[in-house]
Amino acid sequence: MTITEKILARASGKTRIHAGDVGFVGVDKVMMHDVSGPGVIKVLSEWEKKGKRLNHVWDPDRVWIAEDHFVPAADKVSAENIMTLSEWTKKFGIKQHFKYGLGQYGICHTLSHEEAMVLPGEVYVAGDSHTNTTGALGAFAAGLGHTDIAYVLMNGKIWLKVPETILFQITGTKPDYLMAKDIILNIIGDIGTDAANYKAMQFSGNIVKEMSMDERLTLTNMTTEAGAKNGIIEPDATTESYLRERTTAPFSPVLGDPDAKFIDVLTYEIDKLEPTIAKPFSPGNIGVARESQGIDIDKVYIGSCTGAKFDDLQVVARILKGRKVKVRTEVVPAAQSIYIKAVKSGLASVLVEAGVLIGPPTCGACCGAHMGVLAENEICVSTTNRNFPGRMGHVKSQTYLASPMVAAASALKGKITDPRDI
Amino acid sequence: MKSLRGRAHKYDLANIDTDVIIPGPYLKIHDPKELARHAMEGLDPEFPRKVSQGDFMVCGSNFGCGSSREHAPIALSQLGIKAILAPSFARIFYRNVIDGGYLLPIEIEHETLGKIFDKDELEIDVNQNKIVNLTRNESYAMIPFSKLVAKIVEAGGLIYYSDVEEG
Repeated sequence: MTITEKILARASGKTRIHAGDVGFVGVDKVMMHDVSGPGVIKVLSEWEKKGKRLNHVWDPDRVWIAEDHFVPAADKVSAENIMTLSEWTKKFGIKQHFKYGLGQYGICHTLSHEEAMVLPGEVYVAGDSHTNTTGALGAFAAGLGHTDIAYVLMNGKIWLKVPETILFQITGTKPDYLMAKDIILNIIGDIGTDAANYKAMQFSGNIVKEMSMDERLTLTNMTTEAGAKNGIIEPDATTESYLRERTTAPFSPVLGDPDAKFIDVLTYEIDKLEPTIAKPFSPGNIGVARESQGIDIDKVYIGSCTGAKFDDLQVVARILKGRKVKVRTEVVPAAQSIYIKAVKSGLASVLVEAGVLIGPPTCGACCGAHMGVLAENEICVSTTNRNFPGRMGHVKSQTYLASPMVAAASALKGKITDPRDI
Repeated sequence: MKSLRGRAHKYDLANIDTDVIIPGPYLKIHDPKELARHAMEGLDPEFPRKVSQGDFMVCGSNFGCGSSREHAPIALSQLGIKAILAPSFARIFYRNVIDGGYLLPIEIEHETLGKIFDKDELEIDVNQNKIVNLTRNESYAMIPFSKLVAKIVEAGGLIYYSDVEEG
């Protein structure tokens, strides 16, 4: 069995399962945020009207909440949604509620690893499509909608089809101008945005082994953009030490069997890959950054669960140090803990002195919610994960997805720029 | 299950994502009527005025890709859309419409997509896995639901399905 099959077998109380099996699996952790949470609470109240009363959550210690999309509250409605969440968590005794402006908070997928909310071998479901991110810790992590999360809160289980796994072996020698973002954009461009529908995307190979946890998280985060049910990386010493810095909770890593069956094995030799962008309006519409270097841009956005982890900010600061940005540039650390590290390491001063605006942790402009959305015809280079029409603002704005290196280089020139040309 | 009859609204595009079905700024809204006013705003702002109760959508592959927002099926279902016909669906969207009991995701062959036109009158018979095009006097196969999905559809959503399972 693959790692995904083994985790799901354990969670469904079976010794053996196969890709394609459909059944109920037990859930270890569940999360909802200020967009999905109020939707879930609405589903629960409608069920209550139909006689399905929720007297208690199946296990309050396995439920956690993040306020991330419309925070700091963008308007009255957002503030009310956050109140709805807070009243609900109080009523049901949910203690793990990350409130904005109260110590640690940030984007849910970032908190999942920064706070070790999910551990290797666990089944984690959450009300957000980029839940796949957390699979970099060696967990099964998949996004669900309101109804499914409501069902999990009541029953602690959910129906799933065991996914087939595509194995991506990433090998070679990584040039220092390449990041995980370039690799995953190339993979999505190659296989297509629906190629992994209902499937697991597993990453291995020496390049993945050598990657930091922050970089691995970029790979799994973007599996959603290929349609994957989950992205996953087998836990190793890097996973172990990353988590040991963050939690004392015991965990037992799960690894795939040597004879695990994959529906496909794709090998990517990355030595010759170039810094890559995804042009409007699809993460699969990729091109080489240098070939688009004439394009003038209005803005650079360095944010989101994809591109504002600490490693991402370090790379940006290295490029911007002692220089000035030429276009509006926003850096939005993905969590308060990352913001603190940026302040303590002096990285925040480097960014501010380069002319960058640092915003409070939030999903913010990544999903066109608030705090820096785009106007008609504006062009943005962004370290985020989606560039659909209207994703970051006006339906006629344009977003080019890129690595933090390409984004920082582009900020310095006011044009799409390959980091080698700085 | 009773067969459904309605008019097709065709958008012959692959990868219609949830950001165009219901754009990000509306995610803070949870009133279905208000969401319905913005359905498909990113692609066709006139859409809410075109739809009548019981209508269908006919679209390209990977319909509903992107975010997990259940606002998307809520908006479409509130407008009166009873089924979406497409060669494939993004997984979270598919689950959401089935488990929430909002509307039917009908998987069709790629060739079928070219045979159905905007405003065609269709009849969907889930029991026989058949779609009849009343305008063109043709019929097409739909790809059958898997066993568990068929049970949840029959029950009217995941909450009613659990009633069946738990007796």
